[in-house]
Parts: sequence; C-alpha cells; structure tokens
Amino acid sequence: MSELLKARAGEKLIFDHPSVLSEAVTHYCPGCHHGIAHRLVAEVLEELELASRAIMVASVGCSVISYDYISVDSVESPHGRACAVATGVKRARPDTIVFTYQGDGDMGAIGLAESLHAAARGEHITAVFVNNTVYGMTGGQMAPTTLLGQKTTTTPMGRRMELEGGPVHMAEMMSQLAGVAYAERCSLDSVRHIRAAQDAIRKAFSIQAKGLGFSFVELLSGCPTNWHMDPVRANTRIREEMIPVFPLGVYKDITAQAVPVIADKVVEGRS
Amino acid sequence: MSQAPERILIKGNEAIVRGALDAGCRCYFGYPITPQNEIPEAFSSMLPEQGGSFVQAESELAAVNMLLGAAACGIPAMTSSSSCGIALMQETISYMAGSCVPGVIVNMMRGGPGLGDIGPSQSDYFQAVKGGGNGDHRNFVLAPATAQECYDMMFSAFALAFKYRNPVMVLGDAIVGQMKEPVRCVPPKHALTPEQLMQQGEDWRLEGYDRHAVPEPRVLRSLLLKEGQLAAHNRSLHEKYSAMRQEAAAEQVFCDDASLVVVAFGSIARIAHSAVRHLRQAGHKVGLFRPTTLYPFPEEALRALISSGKRRFLVIEQNLGQMVEDVRLAIDGQAPVSWHGILPDLYVGAETLRAPILEALEGGKHV
Amino acid sequence: MSRVVFLEDRCKGCLLCVAVCPSQILRPSGRSNRNGYEMVEMSPEGKCIGCASCAFMCPDVAIRVFRTSPAGKRRKA
Repeated sequence: MSELLKARAGEKLIFDHPSVLSEAVTHYCPGCHHGIAHRLVAEVLEELELASRAIMVASVGCSVISYDYISVDSVESPHGRACAVATGVKRARPDTIVFTYQGDGDMGAIGLAESLHAAARGEHITAVFVNNTVYGMTGGQMAPTTLLGQKTTTTPMGRRMELEGGPVHMAEMMSQLAGVAYAERCSLDSVRHIRAAQDAIRKAFSIQAKGLGFSFVELLSGCPTNWHMDPVRANTRIREEMIPVFPLGVYKDITAQAVPVIADKVVEGRS
Repeated sequence: MSQAPERILIKGNEAIVRGALDAGCRCYFGYPITPQNEIPEAFSSMLPEQGGSFVQAESELAAVNMLLGAAACGIPAMTSSSSCGIALMQETISYMAGSCVPGVIVNMMRGGPGLGDIGPSQSDYFQAVKGGGNGDHRNFVLAPATAQECYDMMFSAFALAFKYRNPVMVLGDAIVGQMKEPVRCVPPKHALTPEQLMQQGEDWRLEGYDRHAVPEPRVLRSLLLKEGQLAAHNRSLHEKYSAMRQEAAAEQVFCDDASLVVVAFGSIARIAHSAVRHLRQAGHKVGLFRPTTLYPFPEEALRALISSGKRRFLVIEQNLGQMVEDVRLAIDGQAPVSWHGILPDLYVGAETLRAPILEALEGGKHV
Repeated sequence: MSRVVFLEDRCKGCLLCVAVCPSQILRPSGRSNRNGYEMVEMSPEGKCIGCASCAFMCPDVAIRVFRTSPAGKRRKA
C-alpha cells in the first residue's frame, strides 16, 4: 500500500488529505455529505492559512463530534446555540477566526433565534449550515427544512402544509438581515457543485478575515440512511427535488462596497 | 499620607458591575429583566470604556451561551438575570460545569413561581444550590447581603470560577440589587489581579491550534461517549466538588453564648442581624449565623455550634422553606431546628422578626 | 496514465465515486474491509484521466489521485 501512495516518475499527487482534517475515519454513514463539507472547510482553512487562528463551535446533531475530524480548537455548544457561543468567542477574542458548523435542526429549528440575531448583529463569524431536510442523529424525524410531501418518522404521511407548514429557507432569511455580509446556498450533489461550495466557503472565511460581517453558507446535502435510498439516488433527489425548492446561488454579497469595521486586536487586558 | 478612597452611593446592582470590572471582567452578555437592569445598563457604558465587550443578547439563552463562548477563551466574563431568566440559562450552566468552563452568573432573585413579581424573594435557593440544570453538577453560590458585599464578592466569584474551572452564581435579591448604599470600591486584600486571573486559563483556554507548537487541538466538551469516559469525568468532577467544600464560609454574630442561633442569608440575614442585636441589648441570648456561601453550605461551622452547648436553631428565609433543609441536614437531628418563612414581596423590618425569634427562644426553654 | 489509489480502510462503499467517474473505470471490488464495507477499486484495464472527480465526491477522503504530467502524456501520444 505504501508503495502505491508514492508518486512515481512523471506523476504528481493532485488530491491529498488536508492537514486540517484529522486522519480519523468518521462515524458518518456511507454516502453522507458531512464528510465532504468537513473536508471543504478543512481545505479552505489550510489554503487561507487560518487554521491556527480558527475556533470551531460544534453543534448538536450528526456532526456533534465534528471536533474529532476538523483539527482546530473547538468548543461544544448546547443544541441550537452555536451562533450565540460563537458570538461570545469572537467578542472575547476578535483576533480569532470563528465558525459554527450546524445542521438544519440546530440552526433552523431550536437555534433559529440565536442564528438570526447573531446575523442581524453582524457578528464577525462564519456559519456553515448543512441542510439535508431531516434529523439524522435521532433517526429521521421532520426537520424545519423537510420538503412538502416528504415522509419522515414524524410525518409518516408526508409533510403537509396545513399541519406542519412549509420548509424554512435559511439563505433567503439571512440575506434580509442588515448584519449579513454574505449568504450563499450551494449543493454537494455533484463535483461541479462541490467546487462551487468550496469557493463559497473560501469567500465566507475571507469575508470574516476582512471583518466585513456575518457570512453564511448553506450546503444542500444528502442523508441516504434517513431518506431510505442509496447514495447515488440521494444525489439525484437533491438535484430533482431539493434544488427546485432551495435554489442555489448568492443571496447576498456586500464585498463590493464594504469597508472593514473591526481591527485585528485582542480584547484589552488579555495577557 | 494616602487618603482612604471615598465611598460612593450606588445600588447593589451597580456595585456588582464595579466589582466585576475591578476583578477583571472583560465581557458581559445579558437580557433585560427586573430587578437587575442596572447591571446591563452600567456595563453597556463602563465595559467598552475599559476595552471590553458588551452585548445585549436576544434572550437569556443567548446571553449565557455567549458567556460560555467567551469563557471558553479564558476571558473573565459574566451574565446576570433574575429567577425565571436564570431558569432559562440552566442548560448551559450545566454544559459549563460539564466542560469545566469558568463563568459568573448573577441572579437578583424575584418572586415566583412563574413570572411571580419583581419584589424581594429568596425562592431561588433550590434553583441556585441544588443545581437547576441537568446532570450531576454543582455550582458555587455566593450570597451578598449589602452593596459593599456585591462589590467585594465579585472578586471571590471570578477567583473561584477560575481556580475551579466552574460556574459561580452570585445570589442576591431585589433588596440587595436595588438598595443604594455607600460602597468603597477598593479591591479586597488578597484579591487576584486581572492578569493573575487570566494566567490560570493558560493550560486550557481556546486560542487557536498551532500544530507546530502543541500535539493536538484543545476541545472543551461535555459529550463523552466512549465507554467509561463519562464515569471517569464525573469521578474527577466529584473530587473537584469535594475540594470546593473548603471554600464554605459564614459570618457569625453573638453565636458564642447564644441559646438560639438564627440562620439566615442575604438581605433577610441583614434584617435578622438588626433584630438579633436589639434582642441582645434587651438581654436575650440570641445569635446569628449567616452563610455567605450557600454552596458549599458551611455545615461544619454550623455543626460546631451544636457541640458547644445546648442550642436551638431558627431558620428565617423569604420563601416557603428551602435553606432549612440544608440546615436540618447539617444539624442532623442533634438540635431542634425551627423555621420562619416570609412571603415574597413583603418588606420586613427588624421589629417583624422580633416575635418569631423570641418565640423560638422561648420554645427552646421547654425542650 | 494517471491513477487513483483507494485507502481501503477509509472506503465505505457508497459508490458515489463510481457514479461520477467520467471514464467509468471504478467498480465494487467484491472485497470487504475491516469495517465490513465493500471497497471500490479501479479496473485494471481502465484508463484514468486524473480528473480527481472521484476524490472530490468521496465523503471519506479515501482516494488519492496521481496525475501524469502533461509532458509525459505528450510523449506517450
């Protein structure tokens, strides 16, 4: 094996394990897109040389132990409160790069208030939001982003507008808030979309590093296990069913007219 | 010759802020609720002046989680609220205890249950002392009785939080927070400097992981899924809580020869102090035992009073019987313990307490 | 010719790489790793173009991609 992993004459290793991602094999199910999202975040932090300044706020859901995979200083947040915890981190240490990694239940249901208010305040943090339309860790219950008609373990007849209401559109909501500098929705269903998602994550972290405001990236992701389909079919579902409801694109980007509002400094009094 | 600093006339709530700032507090997060609004108001102007950060949060939930975030960076930080707002914070206080993150939470109690009222009450004794949040955890609970103590105790609060990497609750009430009194804003003797305080976080605080300097990133977490991991963690917490017991403290007044010892805390202890003093002047052998830490409860000091003579104890508190349970546990049946409760929103004076104290003293003669 | 290497203990057999490979040279191997997942392999006769689509799609960072230099390619052609 080790021989195979050495570049031979005329060869170049063009895809390797990012150093900011731990070597641990994840606990995620086969075909789960969390692994892709983790890798993209790790690659961007490495590329922008921000990893040694980064502090991750982990959330509750399938990605609850994301700190076992993304090798940066991390703090665990109670369910839904990641953006509030991140606010505290950033206010205490304005010189750090602070990001949350949250699923749809964490950010769009129990933590909607904390997420929107951190965004409204224009906290200089980045939120990576994984939307797979279902509660994964607890076994497939309805999420705030569950599509109309989608069957889950708590909408066995499919989600009905008259009883459960419709899916929450986070990127659109974020784009309406004054403090948000950047909001984009991407998808992890294809190589082309994954490359675009990486560009979006890079932009989100760059915006934070420049002190321009709250940056937000939504990632449409697959959950083959709780969608009861194979991973390839799950990608088809994202393309055919999710993207029409959650259109991809940049919902807000103030970079053109922005002026930095914070200095890179430590709270006074810190040794 | 240096002149003693002048005393200033401020509310207990403002004394909390001045004490916190002098102790080294650099971040405050809070949500308005009566009767503690002077705390966020004072911080909003004074903290930025000193280079710190103030955030009016969208809820108590958000405020205490901002505290968790700031404290995870080893920055002295605090929040404040009252009763029902504190109830909202309990989940995160449990996370802070589990993740060993130091933070100070001030609770200026109001009446309950539910929305209750905004007057004085001590009905959060259980909420503060017996946990409130989930899981096997303990918080320090300090009980100031005066505005001066509000100032002074903030130094102890931050020192204990950092020494033990544990949440500390400062438990006042509407009287303690709202009454204006002269306060001398001078750091107590032996108080840590803000620099000494922050040095204590060097080994664990989050500051960014330099892979070339340290072997692995720092993670502050309470989730411990591997077999035996949580048991080991909780065992170490238990050892820490045992060590915390040495910090138990109480004030004793006229206890040496007292036939009846009144046990009270906070604003009620202060009123009881006056009542006891008046009764002493009238020749009655009464004393006062005032716990200044409610957790750890100063049970050894209280027990020591039993062995020194035949005594009765009377617990006076502004609730329907909460601290009396800890007093009875401490006394363990070795002496009679009676109880006098005061309902919420009643402003009692020393005269009001004279009768129940005398009654308990008389009762003692017939035992 | 470029080539891909599967880190067999990382592969979870989700087959997303198989689906995105433009050259259609990836396939289930019929062998399981220690986690019980059926691993993916490159067919011996397959011609890898070194596009790294498989690696980009892989949720488990189980694929390494070695691309031959364009100069090498030209020489071969």
